[in-house]
Amino acid sequence: MIKFKLNGRDVSVDVPEDTPLLWALRDDLDQTGTKFGCGVGQCGACTVLVGGRATRSCITPISSIEGADVTTIEGLHPEGKHPVQEAWKDIQVPQCGYCQSGQIMQAVSLLKDYPDPTDEQIDGVMGGSLCRCMTYVRIRKAIKKAAAAMQKEEASHG
Amino acid sequence: MGKLERIAARQDRAAGRGPTRRGFLLTAMGSAFMFGFARQGNAAQVYPQAAGNLPAGGAFEPTIWCSIAPDGWVNVNVIRAEMGQHVGTALARIIADEMEADWNKVKITYVDTDPKWGLMITGGSWSVWLTWDQFRQAGAAARTVMVEEGARLLGMAPSACIARNGQVIAGKRSISYGDIVSRAHPTRTFTPDEMAKLPLKPSSEHRLIGREVKALDIPSKTDGSAIYGIDAKLEGMVYARPKMPPTRYGSKVVSVDDTEAKKVKGYIRYIVLDDPSNTVPGWVAVLASSYPAAIRATDALKVTWTPGKTANVTEQDIIEHGRKQIAEKTGGSRIFNDAGVDEALGKADKVVERTYTCSSVLHYQLEPMNALARLHEGKWEVHCGNQWQTLFLPVIAKALQVPESDVVMRSYLLGGGFGRRLNGDYAVPAALISKALGGKPVKLVFTRSDDVLFDSIRSPSIQTVRAGVNKDGSINGWEHHASAGWPTGVMAAAFMEKGEDGKPYDQFAIAGADHWYDVGPILVRALDNDLADATFRPGWLRSVSSGWTPWAHESFLDELAHDYGKDPVDFRLGLLTCKGRNAGSAPNSVGGASRQANVLKKLVEKCGYGKVSLPKDTAIGIATTFGQERNMPTWTAGAAQVHVDRETGVVTCQKIWLVLDAGTIIDPDGALAQTEGGALWGLSMALFEGTEIENGNVRDRNLNTYTPLRITDVPDMDIEFLPSTEKPMGLGEPGVTTIAPAIGNAIFNAVGVRMRHLPVRPADILKALKEKGNA
Repeated sequence: MIKFKLNGRDVSVDVPEDTPLLWALRDDLDQTGTKFGCGVGQCGACTVLVGGRATRSCITPISSIEGADVTTIEGLHPEGKHPVQEAWKDIQVPQCGYCQSGQIMQAVSLLKDYPDPTDEQIDGVMGGSLCRCMTYVRIRKAIKKAAAAMQKEEASHG
Repeated sequence: MGKLERIAARQDRAAGRGPTRRGFLLTAMGSAFMFGFARQGNAAQVYPQAAGNLPAGGAFEPTIWCSIAPDGWVNVNVIRAEMGQHVGTALARIIADEMEADWNKVKITYVDTDPKWGLMITGGSWSVWLTWDQFRQAGAAARTVMVEEGARLLGMAPSACIARNGQVIAGKRSISYGDIVSRAHPTRTFTPDEMAKLPLKPSSEHRLIGREVKALDIPSKTDGSAIYGIDAKLEGMVYARPKMPPTRYGSKVVSVDDTEAKKVKGYIRYIVLDDPSNTVPGWVAVLASSYPAAIRATDALKVTWTPGKTANVTEQDIIEHGRKQIAEKTGGSRIFNDAGVDEALGKADKVVERTYTCSSVLHYQLEPMNALARLHEGKWEVHCGNQWQTLFLPVIAKALQVPESDVVMRSYLLGGGFGRRLNGDYAVPAALISKALGGKPVKLVFTRSDDVLFDSIRSPSIQTVRAGVNKDGSINGWEHHASAGWPTGVMAAAFMEKGEDGKPYDQFAIAGADHWYDVGPILVRALDNDLADATFRPGWLRSVSSGWTPWAHESFLDELAHDYGKDPVDFRLGLLTCKGRNAGSAPNSVGGASRQANVLKKLVEKCGYGKVSLPKDTAIGIATTFGQERNMPTWTAGAAQVHVDRETGVVTCQKIWLVLDAGTIIDPDGALAQTEGGALWGLSMALFEGTEIENGNVRDRNLNTYTPLRITDVPDMDIEFLPSTEKPMGLGEPGVTTIAPAIGNAIFNAVGVRMRHLPVRPADILKALKEKGNA
């Protein structure tokens, strides 16, 4: 039995220790927003936050997250209104949408490290997330829009 | 459209059905079938999702395509697959505009299969083009009834009323569509003839078409709530993974040893599939209580096969086979077969001939193939995303040995289509496994390497273009020969077109070569590469042949222009004379080649081709196409600016310009998004991705070696649609078509080497530069 925190709630799953976090999330905990793409950590569709850091859940054994804090796309904001999600809707980023949970989680992580990211920083961090519909132009725009919105929010709280 | 309707009718006949209820058979019944809100893995999906919870009994359903509920919500039934085009939104805008509906109360339902829908196919950039007339007429029917009944309730003559924004208005008085439905219970029906005669709004009265809109499917794709085929779940289901045979066809299972598999916790059993449809010959499926267990047990299972005949085939074998086919004068089908080609070439000062090749390309749609099947209440249900249900439902029925009426395909969002899911072969093994388990629900999921091995790849191709050229550089005759695997020939032979010589051919393995240039008499010959067909199952991949035939003729035209000292733009404009068969015709190609000339002129104006001065080893190249199909031209001109690094051979695409005339644009931002994605697919296939057949299978299996374009590789893009009120064409694919030749032409302009193979790899550039240096 592995216990961890998922989207703020305590959960436990009874699966073999080497089960990838991805499948525990999708099949045992019914959080299907996190997607299976390549299975080898190279497409980014399965990206979740573990302790706030972007993590490829398809290559993360469940045993390694015992006691950790895991956030999936479903838990990013109670109403789906995180500034990154809002920017994604404003810019109309998703096409098929399959990679977008991973893109959004990766972008959230990016903006923690680089609140005002340059194109090079965006390339460096988002380069691991494949979008087969090729929505990249909009991903870049939406990240910049979210960054601006988050900085504005920060300033108003300051 | 007439062609597709004929296809649908052929399918109906083949299935023993009478004329189906497509079109406008009208009833006024409440529509129980479309409002199945409690989605337990078995009801069609509704967007926006919140609208799915509204009660909707007693709706008025003037056609099968839309209904108006007493609460005023309009539902639009969408038979097209949602795979990123926001097709439901675009189609609903058409019907809602004509209906004068309140867009804030419009929802879309992605329906499950039913014979009443007619041909269910999503491909070829057809959806808007195919639905335009149908949905406007359906909208007009609803509006007509609303005005009639609303006028009656207001005590006015219909002529004194107008419909706007979900209301019927007479002066200062108005009544909503919802109130009309709840108070008047309209029942008016129309004959198809009456339907076709209903007046349609002129484009000047469009209030939704051509205006900005937020796609209805997008919010659910930002919060994890969108449901794809791979997310489907049913009580009591088990998981399955395929053990892939060594060849696509002809492998036979000799023995299976599950000693090691039994050691995997959760392993249930294996099944050697018996497939009467021959879709998955030689397959063994592994069942487990969880998917990770299915993955491990499949790895541990030992299967011995006798492989099929293609176990040693290579990409080069396929290309050389095609080369031989082209060298033989006979064979293939003649799409253009003008009299006098031989004579013209014989008379020419010189016959110029060039050969172009393209590698295999993987779909690598991000959601791996999957399907969930079960027998439920006497029906076989297959839950999955799919692009051509009408084609594969009969195959599933054949595999199960049941009548088609016993099979239903439940619709889900597609985690990428790009043509892969036109081929529903992945649904067959899920159904067979469930059958072997007595109808128990089973979810078959392919790992990525399984998915790639089973992909219906874009076939490698070889093309030879030949032109008779006079001393002044004018062209007096033209031949284009193309050999590739034929997806339609393999999977849907009945739907192939017939050439001018009466022989069937796969229009999706030659379209694009039947261009709009005036180059004297033309021969266009399509050759079915049967070695390709035998080795893998060739697939339809975004832009189909229009993604590779322009690589040949648009490169070739540039070569001729340079050889004869002509400007490549002027050279093309001189051939777009808009005469004879290139004059165009209503409703699809009004204006003909003159519209292609227009997009090219506009492109040149934008990118400054031939005028701007650029740094060393940097240049712009151009190309132009008519999008996907001659019968449905989306006039397209593209330019690419590249820099070539002479040291490394790396080609960097710095900027792409595209100008398109696709007729009326329904959803401008959706149109732009499709074109952005298409252009980047074009770039990816030009410079970044491609595989080869080795030992009968594709060499690359995952992203460790297969390298599609990533965010870092994205150039600046400037995309423009010319304003038009002509019939809308398609936009899912045309963005792809010009990019590769524009890049090839730009490389030549930058460093003077001519590339004739896709993808263009740095090593090829270095080799070409070296050869040029030595020459």
